[in-house]
Amino acid sequence: MTFTFEVLVTLKAGLADPAGKAVEAALPTMGWTTVHDVHVGKHIKLTVEGPDETAARAQVEEIAQRLLSNPVIENYRVLDQPEA
Amino acid sequence: MVSTGARVGVVTFPGSLDDRDALDAVTFMGGTGVALWHASHDLEGVDAVILPGGFSYGDYLRCGAIAGKAAIMQEIRAFAERGGPVLGICNGFQILCESGLLPGALIRNRSLQFICKDVWLRVESSQTAVTAGMEPGETIEVPIKHGEGQFVATAEQLEQIEGEGRVVFRYATSAGLVDETSNPNGSIGNIAGVRNDRGNVIGLMPHPEHAVDPDVGPTGGQGMFASLLATALEGALR
Repeated sequence: MTFTFEVLVTLKAGLADPAGKAVEAALPTMGWTTVHDVHVGKHIKLTVEGPDETAARAQVEEIAQRLLSNPVIENYRVLDQPEA
Repeated sequence: MVSTGARVGVVTFPGSLDDRDALDAVTFMGGTGVALWHASHDLEGVDAVILPGGFSYGDYLRCGAIAGKAAIMQEIRAFAERGGPVLGICNGFQILCESGLLPGALIRNRSLQFICKDVWLRVESSQTAVTAGMEPGETIEVPIKHGEGQFVATAEQLEQIEGEGRVVFRYATSAGLVDETSNPNGSIGNIAGVRNDRGNVIGLMPHPEHAVDPDVGPTGGQGMFASLLATALEGALR
């Protein structure tokens, strides 16, 4: 069976987020003057083969820990309801 | 210069830029450069390894993240565990951090801008394969060229790095003063380079390989290459 997962990787609080800053800076020129604290992260979609969802999810958790994110600077989250 | 006989491998990853310069610097300083390939498991019996600068795998995911898991890194990990000298320069430093061979991580420069200029470093430790011939407090001039060179670490990592004297270089003035104005990228504690516990694995953001030939700029990298070649040769003779 195959299972599809989505992983969100975000920078830990307090680290420089130039992409977030650039988006935030563009908003006032478009008329949105009340938006703050914009952050940009990464979205990774994976399809995994496995006997069941629990085993597949465990693999994705390990992939997220060991490759998709760096624990020194990032947090990750495997989304609960992956897109079909 | 007379060849010392030390053979130094330089790994080329897809997107490496400074592999040729690293090989040239090894030759210039009297060693023999050996080109190594990221997908190979063969270190070709070299006495030391350099991971060069560049943008391996387009720096996708994070700088050095994918290269840190390349086939040859398994061999380099085993080589390092045997005490073999491993030097990571710029992207090579990022690769060593991503592979867990060195503590910490490199993030976007505080200014959010790519920086390309000559800087001064203060040598903090002579207990490494690349600073064995230098004195702590000595200053050297070498270039930096990076967008993601701000060194960060967890509180526990930082305590260990500072507590165990694992900082190898700090950004400083030419007189050796470590201050805010000499910190080009916002690195914590002005840290430009760190080492592992044994001192055989070293990573730094500045580029010693661009600073050996007086015809093209400062020569602050000569001492590092001289030390690396001497240490490599000791290993070869062991």
